Amino acid sequence: MQEAEPDRIETQEYLVNMGPQHPSTHGVLRLLLKLEGEIVHHVDPHIGYIHSGIEKMCESLTYPQIPYLTDRMDYLSAHMNEEVVCLCIENALGVEVPDRVKYIRTIFSELQRLASHQLWWCVMGMDLGALTTFFYGLRDREKILDIFEETCGARLTLHYSIPGGLMFDIHPNFQKRVHDFLNYFRKKLPEYDQLLTGNVIFQERTRGIGIFPKEAVINYGVTGPSGRASGFSCDVRKHLPYSAYPFVSFQEALDDRGDTLARYQVRIKEMWESMSIIEQLIDNIPEGDVQVKMKGVVKLPEGEYFQRVESARGDFGVFIISDGKKSPYRLKFRSPGFSNLSALHAMSKGWKIADLVAIMSSLDLVIPDIDR
Amino acid sequence: MAFSIYDFSTLTQSIHDGLSSRLSPTGTLAMEWAIVGIVILLFVAVFGLFLVYAERKVCAFFQQRLGPMRVGPWGLVQTIADFIKLLMKELIQPARADKFLYNLAPFIVIIVTFLAISVIPFAKGLQAFDFDIGVFFVTSITAVGVIGILLAGWSSNNKYSLIGAMRSGAQIISYELSVGLSLITIVIMAGTLQLSGIVEAQRAGWFIYRGHIPAIIAFFVFVIAGTAETNRGPFDLAEAESELTAGFHTEYSGIKFAFFFLAEYVNLFIVSAMATTVFLGGWMALHVGNLEGFNHVMDLLPPVFWFFIKVFFVIFLIMWFKWTFPRLRIDQILTLEWKFLLPINLFNIILMTVIVLLGWHF
Repeated sequence: MQEAEPDRIETQEYLVNMGPQHPSTHGVLRLLLKLEGEIVHHVDPHIGYIHSGIEKMCESLTYPQIPYLTDRMDYLSAHMNEEVVCLCIENALGVEVPDRVKYIRTIFSELQRLASHQLWWCVMGMDLGALTTFFYGLRDREKILDIFEETCGARLTLHYSIPGGLMFDIHPNFQKRVHDFLNYFRKKLPEYDQLLTGNVIFQERTRGIGIFPKEAVINYGVTGPSGRASGFSCDVRKHLPYSAYPFVSFQEALDDRGDTLARYQVRIKEMWESMSIIEQLIDNIPEGDVQVKMKGVVKLPEGEYFQRVESARGDFGVFIISDGKKSPYRLKFRSPGFSNLSALHAMSKGWKIADLVAIMSSLDLVIPDIDR
Repeated sequence: MAFSIYDFSTLTQSIHDGLSSRLSPTGTLAMEWAIVGIVILLFVAVFGLFLVYAERKVCAFFQQRLGPMRVGPWGLVQTIADFIKLLMKELIQPARADKFLYNLAPFIVIIVTFLAISVIPFAKGLQAFDFDIGVFFVTSITAVGVIGILLAGWSSNNKYSLIGAMRSGAQIISYELSVGLSLITIVIMAGTLQLSGIVEAQRAGWFIYRGHIPAIIAFFVFVIAGTAETNRGPFDLAEAESELTAGFHTEYSGIKFAFFFLAEYVNLFIVSAMATTVFLGGWMALHVGNLEGFNHVMDLLPPVFWFFIKVFFVIFLIMWFKWTFPRLRIDQILTLEWKFLLPINLFNIILMTVIVLLGWHF
């Protein structure tokens, strides 16, 4: 019998399907991983499991009907998704909405951003194994959803913005409740840092993990907090201000380290900035109408229109080609999640499975936003 | 039949006498084995269920919610209901699993916990086996548990299970060292490996107090390593939910899954009971110096209650870790053990030896 050669151990890569149903892919994303032991050699994202054809459906809907569908894409920043379509249609028609609408839309966007970042924080903790964060984050998010519910009757898919203004005015309690929430959350946000950010294990798990340089961020089109964490100043609110953003002063949360911890801290900073933006606006909402009288049938003049907003995940754009009829000839969304996901492979190559989960979590992916 | 809750040896002696007067010596021994077996079996089942309930309530407490509330008063019957559900569930076996090993693995894991529990001194005279190598027995028998986990991961024919099992193997074998060495630190002081002897030696004061600095270091190392040994808390890589879905027991269902689940909680008890026995005075009451009145009041509480109070304290501590900390990565876990805990431990043993030799302890 021949003796085995101990000096030559053959290892081979193996494939693991992570998802479509997996606790850390948050939805139905399927990652085909090529692993060597624990080390990730290749990540191949397979998308399309909840593709719902929203862009195609929009071609057969009238313009005021479109925002109802866009809510369903990135459901965590539903209001921004509505807003971008409304802004695009308003700009195309040359409609100037009253200041009151702009203020309320901005407050809603920022509340939505807070709610989205809170949920991201819960899930980030959970992906790293700190299960308690989930309940802390949801506890606070609930308060924002209650405010939404009081004003527009919905908690997740709001349908509050319509082309030409808002569906209806804010609830009389709105300002008081937002104030209450800000006072409450200003005390609770440091708790997030105490529970997770300051933790040694958390820092070890995130610092220096998945470093993504600025050039790569720009090449891959990574936007939003994930892009800003690498020093790419890409805040649409700053560069192309829309709604009430020209009236407020705020800082763009930037970081140049580009690792998972930076992406985490940029989002925490953004929560503080969002609170300051709401604070500046909430007491100064001007009086006035909440709707502009629009024509019964909205028809965009023939041409191409593009509008961007900053959603909770990044640069969210809508591109409409109109042939002058009551529904768009072609409509395309530029969703931040799609571009951010495209960078996952480059970010996580060479790291371990546990790091892949942390990196993916720090990108804050929402799958319907990617699949559309 | 004399019975005192303060000293169980009278009870066990009277049972022994009663049996020997009716049966042959062999029959008596067989009968006693059966009794001990049934008692341990019942204890594991009931206490395991109770710990599951306690974990749910403790984690609910940390997470600002109520936990189970619907089934029975304060949800007390919830875990029993869950267990019945697990018993009734269909056992699904992966098509290409290694059938023999797949079925064997949960039994190895659960048998190990029974064996380890049999040497724990619950109170004076309430201990199934009192080996003179008790500490050694516990550390060696708990090390066998990892075979069950490795087999479960290997035989399931699932890559997630395999990764989980390999992680678990690396982790448990490493932390075995810290558990053993931190126990040895105290054994140096006690001068015996017998668990009942270690408890007796703490009559004058718990070892965590008497051995001061090295004993406290050893206690912390033991709790950290013990948490890692039970695959819990920040060290739950083997079943890391967000990475490996359920790790080594992904493919198990029904009663076989329940075995793993129960074993995890019983292991939690074993680690806490060892910490109690070796560091916190076992079933000894809390005595403070020469405060006669205070000491007398403390003595009123039976030893078995003292034992469980201390055990629950340690269990609460370990649950606290689990519900607060994020999970470590596999290389960080091994770094923590080999680069930090192990050198600290080795240094600590020397420190303890010097202190014992010079008589600098209390």
